[in-house]
Amino acid sequence: MMPIARLLSKRLGTSLLVLFGVSMLIFAIARIIPGDPARIALGPNATTEQVAALRAALHLDDPVWIQYGYFLGDLLRGDLGVSLYTNRPVTTDIAQFLPATLELVLVAGFMMVAIGLPLGILSARYRGGIADNIVRIVSLLGVSAPSFVWAVILMLIFAFYLPLFPVAGRISDSYSIEAVTGFLLVDTLIAGNFRAFGNAAWHIVLPAFALALSGIGQATRLTRANMVETYDRPYIEMARSYGFPARRIANRYAFKPSLIPSLTIIGLDFAAMLGNAFLVEAIFAWPGLSRYGVAVILRKDLNAIVGTVLIISATFLIVNIIVDLLIAFINPRIRLSQRSS
Amino acid sequence: MSRPLLDIRDLTLGFKGWTGLTEVLHGISLNIQPGERVALVGESGSGKSVTARIVLGMLQSLRSARIGGTVEFDGRNLAQMSRAERQQLRGTRISMIFQDPTSSLNPVYRIGTQFHEVLKREVPGFSYQEAMNRAAEILREVSIVDAERVLNSYPFQLSGGMNQRVMIAMALANEPDLLLADEPGTALDVTVQAQTLDLMRRLVEQHNTAVLFISHNLGVVREFADRVYVIYKGRIVEHGPTTALFDDPRHPYTRALMTAVPRLTGGGVPDIDDDASAFSAPLVDHLAGEGRP
Repeated sequence: MMPIARLLSKRLGTSLLVLFGVSMLIFAIARIIPGDPARIALGPNATTEQVAALRAALHLDDPVWIQYGYFLGDLLRGDLGVSLYTNRPVTTDIAQFLPATLELVLVAGFMMVAIGLPLGILSARYRGGIADNIVRIVSLLGVSAPSFVWAVILMLIFAFYLPLFPVAGRISDSYSIEAVTGFLLVDTLIAGNFRAFGNAAWHIVLPAFALALSGIGQATRLTRANMVETYDRPYIEMARSYGFPARRIANRYAFKPSLIPSLTIIGLDFAAMLGNAFLVEAIFAWPGLSRYGVAVILRKDLNAIVGTVLIISATFLIVNIIVDLLIAFINPRIRLSQRSS
Repeated sequence: MSRPLLDIRDLTLGFKGWTGLTEVLHGISLNIQPGERVALVGESGSGKSVTARIVLGMLQSLRSARIGGTVEFDGRNLAQMSRAERQQLRGTRISMIFQDPTSSLNPVYRIGTQFHEVLKREVPGFSYQEAMNRAAEILREVSIVDAERVLNSYPFQLSGGMNQRVMIAMALANEPDLLLADEPGTALDVTVQAQTLDLMRRLVEQHNTAVLFISHNLGVVREFADRVYVIYKGRIVEHGPTTALFDDPRHPYTRALMTAVPRLTGGGVPDIDDDASAFSAPLVDHLAGEGRP
């Protein structure tokens, strides 16, 4: 698997470059936003001397590139600075809030793939039929409204009028689960508390589905479109002429070649959920990175803003690398010939 | 005369579209005896390929297709079979070879995997390892020496000629009674095409497989077929044993088709009579009156 290793190292290298660029950009933007971070942090009753002291401590009086130098030095030691909002290291804050968001996004991503791809296959296999038309209308609905609209609609229907699911939160208050990974679905299993696991799973269904809906629609439409094109290829006609079962042709011989062009976009959609999660989290009172992110932006908490954005960018890049590897894995042309690219 | 393996009588085909019915075949009749090699020759759009698709039972399930006449395979009328029964014939008793071998093999599966799937049509319980042994055996028959490497390759890693051999091997793997060859190897260059055709001819002789050979290439047809049907715009215009037909082409269209082949000795691109009205002249059958339709 040498070509895979080469691909991986190349992608890791470019990702580090991108991350470096993002850090510079967000570092500069955060400092251009009007308002004095030290004044906001200390409040209106602080004396001018106190504000000046804090500005000095934060190196805010130095030129931006010198400040960036300090920041990079700290970053290399794994230190993102202290949040002026929570007075804790930014890394501690992120470690506390990120898992909830990641858990939500991962479950939504799983729904997108587990629901979207089979629907796309079904739709392509019976194209022109009733099932196809229903699936196409539903997937169009999914992509045409943003996830926070779906969040409100789903909450109204399935949590308010039909109280099947909880309205808010990650887990009922009666459970206290020791945080090991921060992922409640994992921690409850580690604790061996299956009732708590069920409760956490019950809580995540609606917000994850709301977040996933547009992705499901997109994945369905892409899979369908690419498969319909693949169905016209000679190798599908050949598979038919040999009497391979229609179901096997759909699920294997037409699906796999069609997945290659879909996968890049599905991966981007998946990563985009990190951004959409902010609004869905706000609606379902999900204690994730969104509340923290919004609070630190409003309070012009420089270190926390930069830290949050960097973590989200890094997650985005990691998802992209995983998608690239998946594509290489299913496309033998890439897997076997990295030299040519 | 023994019962023909394939007997097509008055086959008509039309496609229903927005503008009404587009007729493609206007009642063609054709038969193939077991082990016989029969060519269907004509220009593009004359209805050669759709005829093969009907024999395979692949157009019957198309909603817009209107099929008339009868197609009997081994004495059984295809129209009276269920969809599943027609599918059961494909890949087991009837198989097909396509124009472009490289694009007819699935790009994301290894040759071995695709071979396994083909062999499972005949023996559903074939394990992968057994299938690979059998496949290697068949590949050696088409003069592929390093069968293991080929089975482990993806189609894009093999040459067109190699893929064509793989296609021939797959088509004959389940010992079909009838092989439909739809312009086999037209996408390959001529030397490779000649090699693989020669190979195919040897194998079908060995296995006593009947062949419906669809082509526009008269030279190839002359070398390959025992009997020739010439098709023009959905009608058979001339039919006869290969030598009789080539020695004495009687129908205006057949003559035009023969003069249309550029000569190696030069003389430019041949002039073809633009008067196509003569091409609609009635069927000329060299075997008429000899007890065969």
